Amino acid sequence: MQKLSEAAVAKINEICDRHINDKTPLMMILSDIQKEYGYVPVEVQEIVSEKTGISVAEIYGVVTFYSFFSLKPKGKYIIGCCLGTACYVKGAQQIIDKFSEILGIGPGETTEDGLFTLDALRCIGACGIAPAVTINGTVYPKMEVGQVAGVIEQYRSKED
Amino acid sequence: MSLVNIKIEGVPYQVEAGLTILEAARRCGYDIPSLCTFNNGQCSQGSCRVCLVEATGARGLVASCVYPVAEGMEIRISSPKAVKARRTSVELILSNHNKNCQQCPKNGNCELLNVAKITGARENVFVGEKTPTTFDDVSPSIVRDTSKCILCGRCVARCQEAHGNGILGFENRGFSTIVAPAGNRSFADSPCLLCGQCVSVCPTGALMEKSEITKIDEAMAAGKHVIVQTAPAVRASLGEEFGMPVGTPVTGKMVAALKRLGFDKVYDTNFGADLTIMEEANELLARVNNGGTLPMITSCSPGWVNYAEYYYGDCLDHLSSCKSPHEMEGAILKSYYAEKNGIDPKDIFVVSIMPCTAKKYEKDRPALVTNGLKDVDVVLTTRELGNLIKRSGINFAKLPDEEFDQDLVGTYTGAGVIFGVTGGVMEAALRTAYYVLEGKEYGPVNFTEVRGFDGLKEATFVLAGKEIKIAVAHGMKNAKPIMDDIRAGKSPYTFIEIMCCPGGCINGGGQSYVRPTMLPNEALDILDTYKAKRAAALYSEDERQALRQSHNNPQIQQLYKEFLGEPNSHKAHELLHTTYVSDRVRFK
Repeated sequence: MQKLSEAAVAKINEICDRHINDKTPLMMILSDIQKEYGYVPVEVQEIVSEKTGISVAEIYGVVTFYSFFSLKPKGKYIIGCCLGTACYVKGAQQIIDKFSEILGIGPGETTEDGLFTLDALRCIGACGIAPAVTINGTVYPKMEVGQVAGVIEQYRSKED
Repeated sequence: MSLVNIKIEGVPYQVEAGLTILEAARRCGYDIPSLCTFNNGQCSQGSCRVCLVEATGARGLVASCVYPVAEGMEIRISSPKAVKARRTSVELILSNHNKNCQQCPKNGNCELLNVAKITGARENVFVGEKTPTTFDDVSPSIVRDTSKCILCGRCVARCQEAHGNGILGFENRGFSTIVAPAGNRSFADSPCLLCGQCVSVCPTGALMEKSEITKIDEAMAAGKHVIVQTAPAVRASLGEEFGMPVGTPVTGKMVAALKRLGFDKVYDTNFGADLTIMEEANELLARVNNGGTLPMITSCSPGWVNYAEYYYGDCLDHLSSCKSPHEMEGAILKSYYAEKNGIDPKDIFVVSIMPCTAKKYEKDRPALVTNGLKDVDVVLTTRELGNLIKRSGINFAKLPDEEFDQDLVGTYTGAGVIFGVTGGVMEAALRTAYYVLEGKEYGPVNFTEVRGFDGLKEATFVLAGKEIKIAVAHGMKNAKPIMDDIRAGKSPYTFIEIMCCPGGCINGGGQSYVRPTMLPNEALDILDTYKAKRAAALYSEDERQALRQSHNNPQIQQLYKEFLGEPNSHKAHELLHTTYVSDRVRFK
């Protein structure tokens, strides 16, 4: 296992302290760590376990149950393609396949340059604008296969 | 206690309010087929859907292990709808199960196969995709095969209940869900204590001990001088492997069986236990008199030693440096016994029959190698001994009672016998410490204050004018507060006994399975009473012994006189003491 830097350990302890007196602190702690670092590896879960008294096995279970949490670093831009029922019947599978094709990664994976992560989401509650895609919180309604390349280019160009 | 009126199959009954339908039905004499539920609904999550029944007031069929009874409820277990639903539930579980039942080590004890038989589930009704599986046989103690797992969660609950910070959990979601140590690591790469409590509750072959029976065949075939020794707790459980009531003491038959299995000598680890007491009691007195590290903690339980190393690496000075009894016995067999009998220690092969899966790991510890030889070569669980006896065509129930070999290292005292139950090591040590300090035997012999199954037992004794406060804990959940106090430098105790498994070795992870659904002749509350029944078997054997204090064992006295010198001598340290590892990595 990797060894964490002292600064990271201090930061994780500080995040734990924020919520330690909550009735059920785990979700909030993991959520803050996910937002801060983009992932929650086992090394970090061990520190959370020591602080909260919740076993690493249980924490690992929570992290792998919710797709919001990740064990590996995520990309700078997280593309979430909704594959819920409404989006699916409106052709969401073709949308996510197009993202996959252009980025060269499967769902759950991150591009080598660390720029994009492609996530397959279950229903995000935006059935009225199906098929829906979110990128770092921005919603792209009624996506069409032909728009995918343009959307990716829009984010790539920001980096140049 | 309020009662409610219910009907089962049209027959009226009064039962306690708050019971689940399953519990109520059992008390009324019914046995609803069930699978995932365990003791009094402890692990019930209603996950397997095998115990479905019809109940008025409920929408559809209900899982009887989690659904409570209510006034006026009418329950149908035998309706065609319920019968079919239960069968379908089992068929669905089987559809994602590795059905190599004849190769499976759980064959004969499998609750899934049992419930399949009862419900009439047929194989391969539903055929399709299966969850990707993991097979972990890296640790020397426990094998995990997720292809057999039914996700009942018993192991997760047992690990958590016994040890607080459980090692097993559910991972992933939906069809990909598995039960595993964090990150689907091997038990060997996790801070697992290897105690086997998970194995003792697993309904299928998903969690099993790692069998070593073939190593014995190989040693015998190679013409080794094969010596077997048996731990005290084994005799209180082995009979269960042959259908005897839980807790039947079978010392004589066990010895008779071992003698028929071709072992060159059959000894009792109780001799090693007596030796442990001599070393440990004197180590304690030396620490008290010389200002050594206190409190001192027992070190017989390898699961506990694992816990201490993983979580309290800075407190290991508190552990007694004594090896565990079977390791001491092994070291003496390969030195004193070898010398006396003119046998090259390299040709001696020591087999320990233990109630424990962690002992399988313990025997491989580098610090338990003396003069290049492992003190103990193979460890079998009580269950494996049962298999070995069955394989050899021995009718266990018909065996006569026979005696252990008595030469050199064969005698034992009652103090050694009670090592197998929580409080037993403490009581045995107190019997000898009292004698050493007061110069006479403790009148009542028994120190009853340290008996019983409370998670933490405390007592204060005045020995030689000094007040000595002691504690006994079992299950790591109960050890943790004690260790936290020690770390904080505020422990009030002088001497502490800690055993890993709840109840001590009588409830070790290698003991016979106690499965109410497969023990129709035991009382309904057998899961609440089996520990006490097995403990009673040991306490009664202690009562029957003429000698009940370790220091009165004549062969122990002889061993010191002829070979070791005195307790804690240089030679005793070389052979009988060990070291611990303070920097064990928890997650590799």
